[in-house]
Amino acid sequence: MSRRTVVGIATLLAVAGLWYLLTAATGWVGSARFPNPAEFGTAVKQIVTGGYAGARIHEHVLQSCKLVAMGFLVAVSVGLPLGLLMGWNRRAEALINPVFLIIRPIPPLAWIPLAIVWLGLGDGAKIMVIFFAAFVPSVINTHAGIRNIEPFLIEAARMLGVRGPRFVFGVLLPAAAPLIFTGLRLSLQASWTTLVAAELVGALLGLGYVLNAAAQDIFPAMILTGMVFVALSGAASTWLLGRLEQRVTRWRTA
Amino acid sequence: MSGSVPAPATPMDARAPLDPATRWRLGLAGLVGFLALWWAVAASGLVPKAFMPSPVDVARQFARLLQEPFAGHTLQTHLLSSIGRYLMGFGLAVAVGLPLGLLMGWFRTLDAIVTPLFEGLRYVAPIAWVPFAALWFGTGIGGPTLIIFAGAFPPCVINAYRGARQVEPYLIEAARMLGLSNARMIVQVLLPAAVPSIIAGVRVSAGLGWQSLVGAELIVASSGVGYLMVKGQASISTAIVMSGMVAIGVVGLLIDVGVRQIESAVNRRRGKG
Repeated sequence: MSRRTVVGIATLLAVAGLWYLLTAATGWVGSARFPNPAEFGTAVKQIVTGGYAGARIHEHVLQSCKLVAMGFLVAVSVGLPLGLLMGWNRRAEALINPVFLIIRPIPPLAWIPLAIVWLGLGDGAKIMVIFFAAFVPSVINTHAGIRNIEPFLIEAARMLGVRGPRFVFGVLLPAAAPLIFTGLRLSLQASWTTLVAAELVGALLGLGYVLNAAAQDIFPAMILTGMVFVALSGAASTWLLGRLEQRVTRWRTA
Repeated sequence: MSGSVPAPATPMDARAPLDPATRWRLGLAGLVGFLALWWAVAASGLVPKAFMPSPVDVARQFARLLQEPFAGHTLQTHLLSSIGRYLMGFGLAVAVGLPLGLLMGWFRTLDAIVTPLFEGLRYVAPIAWVPFAALWFGTGIGGPTLIIFAGAFPPCVINAYRGARQVEPYLIEAARMLGLSNARMIVQVLLPAAVPSIIAGVRVSAGLGWQSLVGAELIVASSGVGYLMVKGQASISTAIVMSGMVAIGVVGLLIDVGVRQIESAVNRRRGKG
């Protein structure tokens, strides 16, 4: 084991020890502010077995994952072709870019009130908000990815007579894949942030709603539980996307 | 990689650069088309006016918000209170993040201690701090400041750290040979060398901080542009919500332009010096 790993593990143990010391052992940090380890364990057990805020944890997680997946997929399936078009065709770029420049500075979270006015508190509003969060990075990075392709690659493909869909899927997209995936990672992160915010503002199911309900109940152990599950879901989806990237860009190392 | 070799494009090629006049014409056409489409949808009456105000309605509402108070204050006052919170959270993130990143770049043990904690916290969306922020610091200034901090902090740390780690080894060797203390090494060698990376990080974190602020104000605040939008939403006034979006977008854009100016000024000076 490297020195780094040892220090890392020691740090995590020290933090856990400090947590126990400050909350349970000495009571310097009261339960009303931050839960002690036992309370945290009870809260996790409660939401896993019995349920909290109207559902058990897997239902909340599934609901959030479902919405992120839907919003993300819609955004990518619109954003990627648009970025491709803008990267390839200067006229399309000149036409679309100014409109895009107006929408871009509006933070994804600022769409939440508009989404609620238009679509209410249901799934539709969340998908709309996630769409705007994930759309912008996927367009920008696809655009940049296509623009940065080495010209000789395109010339070579042309000379070999590669045209139409084969040219798009066999040459353009693979060559732009690294930047496209950077965009997708940013999109995914933004999707989670906006979803949690949208669910905090108004929802009846999902991780943000757990956080909201726990905040209303002044239940710090459940707040911490909700945060842990938000982090786990975000990390898991990022990991999945990383695996997908490895599979798709296997040719790079092969 | 790119840019150095101009694409060998024929005039018929879609990738051929456009002359500026054509680009302006197309850009203007795009903008006009967008506004016309928006106006047409609003004017057609297919969507009730409360849900789809025309661009003119939004502009009028925006002007009204500047004069008459809504949700307690005029738009300017809301904006000022947003910007005040933002500066506190963002300033705190820079003041803590940059030194921490530099120290992590120099002291390996600190790096080994902080990195696992940081990795664990990285996946917690800044907005997920809202309940604790409200519980610990209330909904006035403290709560939103914590959320802005949570959004703006990571890029500051990461970029200061990367900048410090990428310092040319010979600079460090030379400084060592001259017997620099740790403190002087960090301030006089690592910091100047890390400036480009640090500024890039500050730019990202300025954007993320502004975004987190909006989220914080939607949920926990009793003033600010986000709060104004929530109130507009509650009274089903799309024009007020859209005015808020415009104000947020414009300030966000100004922040980005400002930081970019600083960035290019610093890079110019470094290029000359």
